[in-house]
Amino acid sequence: MSKVIIETKQLVKSYTIGDMEVRALKGVNLQIQEGEFVAIMGASGSGKSTFMNIIGCLDKPTSGEYLLDGVLTSKLDKNQYAEIRNHKIGFVFQGFNLLSRTTALENVELPLMYDRHRRISDPKQKAVEVLQRVGLGDRMDHVPNQLSGGQQQRVAIARALVNEPSLILADEPTGNLDSHTSIDVFGLFQKLNSEGITIVLVTHERDYANFAKRIVELRDGKIIRDQMIERPLIAEEEMKKLVKLEVEYEA
Amino acid sequence: MKLKSIIIAAVKSIMKSRMRSLLTALGIIIGVAAVIVMVSIGEGAQRQVEQQIASLGSNLLIIFPGASNSGGVNRGAGSSNHFTLDDVTAIKDQAVYVKAVSPVVRTGAQVIGGVGNWNTQIYGVSPQYLEIRSWVLQTGEFFTDKDVVARTKVCIIGSEVKKNLFPNSDPIGELIRIRSVPFKVIGVLVEKGQSAMGANNDDLILAPSSSVLDRLSGGRHINFIQASAVTLAQIGQAQIELSGIMRAAHRLNAGEDDDFTIRNQADLTEAATATSKVLTLLLGSVAGVSLFVGGIGIMNIMLVSVTERTREIGIRLSIGARASDILVQFLTESIILSLAGGLIGIFLAFGIGLILNNYTSQPAVIQPGIVFISFLFSGAVGVFFGFYPARKAANLNPIDALRYE
Ligand SMILES: Nc1ncnc2c1ncn2[C@@H]1O[C@H](COP(=O)(O)OP(=O)(O)O)[C@@H](O)[C@H]1O
Ligand SMILES: [Mg+2]
Repeated sequence: MSKVIIETKQLVKSYTIGDMEVRALKGVNLQIQEGEFVAIMGASGSGKSTFMNIIGCLDKPTSGEYLLDGVLTSKLDKNQYAEIRNHKIGFVFQGFNLLSRTTALENVELPLMYDRHRRISDPKQKAVEVLQRVGLGDRMDHVPNQLSGGQQQRVAIARALVNEPSLILADEPTGNLDSHTSIDVFGLFQKLNSEGITIVLVTHERDYANFAKRIVELRDGKIIRDQMIERPLIAEEEMKKLVKLEVEYEA
Repeated sequence: MKLKSIIIAAVKSIMKSRMRSLLTALGIIIGVAAVIVMVSIGEGAQRQVEQQIASLGSNLLIIFPGASNSGGVNRGAGSSNHFTLDDVTAIKDQAVYVKAVSPVVRTGAQVIGGVGNWNTQIYGVSPQYLEIRSWVLQTGEFFTDKDVVARTKVCIIGSEVKKNLFPNSDPIGELIRIRSVPFKVIGVLVEKGQSAMGANNDDLILAPSSSVLDRLSGGRHINFIQASAVTLAQIGQAQIELSGIMRAAHRLNAGEDDDFTIRNQADLTEAATATSKVLTLLLGSVAGVSLFVGGIGIMNIMLVSVTERTREIGIRLSIGARASDILVQFLTESIILSLAGGLIGIFLAFGIGLILNNYTSQPAVIQPGIVFISFLFSGAVGVFFGFYPARKAANLNPIDALRYE
């Protein structure tokens, strides 16, 4: 039996702007097992990013509980949060969030610099390996503005992978990418998932959500649907279809 | 992070915006250079004063009227404070450790003669004055004890006075009128240049003390007494001896305080260097203020930089940097920036020192101490002014920092 990696109980997050209170999450209960591939869907403003930020330990809930690997996160201090972000979770953003004027290799190496336990003995070698794994072995010395959007997102994914986390979180990772590159990136996530990494990502496109094994839908800060996908789409096949479609269209 | 990678990262970040880094460091560069140059100029001036006082003659003793505890040199406070020629005679007759002694009666006067008129200082002295000051005559001769007794109206003029009254002629034998009293010029002094105490030793006229008292200053009071000890080693004994003679001459009882002050060359040096030390301190503090202002410049830029790099901070926090990592990063940047500024400032100061020493009459003596202190200080400026912006960066919430536009 696989174990529960993410568990939220009555998760609430509210923001106060002036004297107005915005309730972004209104009691979210969710369990995610190790090895799952979950897509979180919902309209804009439904609370997807708020939820991801909390389970990514970038933010804290207003109330409710979040257990990561069975550990109650509200009991942790700032430095323990930093440590979780460093090696338990790899976070991929919609806007890539790479350091500008810094090479792909240096960007990927960065999380290893902040690893106090030095689990990885040769940071540079490891960063090279991970970049090769995401297919960027020949772009290591490029800085972000010399890379395409898809390549930048691959660098970001490599950075998320470099500390060998058991969990990858991605908030609209393909939001800024065209369909070709998006399918490519989903292919990469599927590959990582098949290697045993748990993946939770946000997308608001049903087509892409079908690459996941499970879809959770949010509306107004609450889960309104949670379903398993019997037969997820396979990125490689979808890519072939897309190419074929384009060829036919040209002709 | 390892110290090495922290420093490399900081240097990279500084090099990413070269121009801004240079402008930031400029405050420190100028500050450090100013501190070193100012203190070195003060030091140079101090050495100059010391040398000039040494050239007065190391055996020199000066007796001023007035008790030393009433502020040292105190002229004309009460009649009992004045010296008379009797005091000089007493010293001359009794002192064994004193080689030469002379009263000094000083008065300013308008002098007419030669090609025009000239305002200068008249010194009434004894024939031994020349020996006491180690001055030399260029032409003519000095007056003698006979002249003093006879109150002869003869004088020796300084080179500056000669230049102004007798630019093209030999003044020896000529009559000049000092405050309408005719004096015959019998000698001219060799040019000496500016003295340490600010007096121009070339712009003066020497005449017998008796003649000056009689015809010019209109009284019997002399301003001070100058004497020289037989040898440098005997200066202490000479001082004690002089004190005893003066006390006897002034009929002071055992319990009474001295009504005069004897100073030797070392005392004068001390007084003069004390003044120039104050000057050095003053110059140094003014320059220190500029270093402080330079520090505020660093803080300013670091604050701007924190705001500009909010997203970068967010990214670093989101991949596992601790607040302390961010603090160390920004602090390292500001320390490196100010130390680099300090180093450039030191080079600049050495350059300015070289120019001063080779092309101006204002010497600068750069001592290792001040170089070291100002370098340390520039580092301290980095820590002090870098801390606030660094802490501000470190305390950002990762998600707020990432969302910052
Ligand atoms: N920092 C914030 N301050 C105030 N309101 C916020 C903040 N972040 C999100 N919200 C609000 O919370 C709700 C959910 O936002 P978000 O989680 O970003 O939605 P989604 O990612 O699904 O589009 C929205 O109404 C949004 O306006
Ligand atoms: Mg969102």
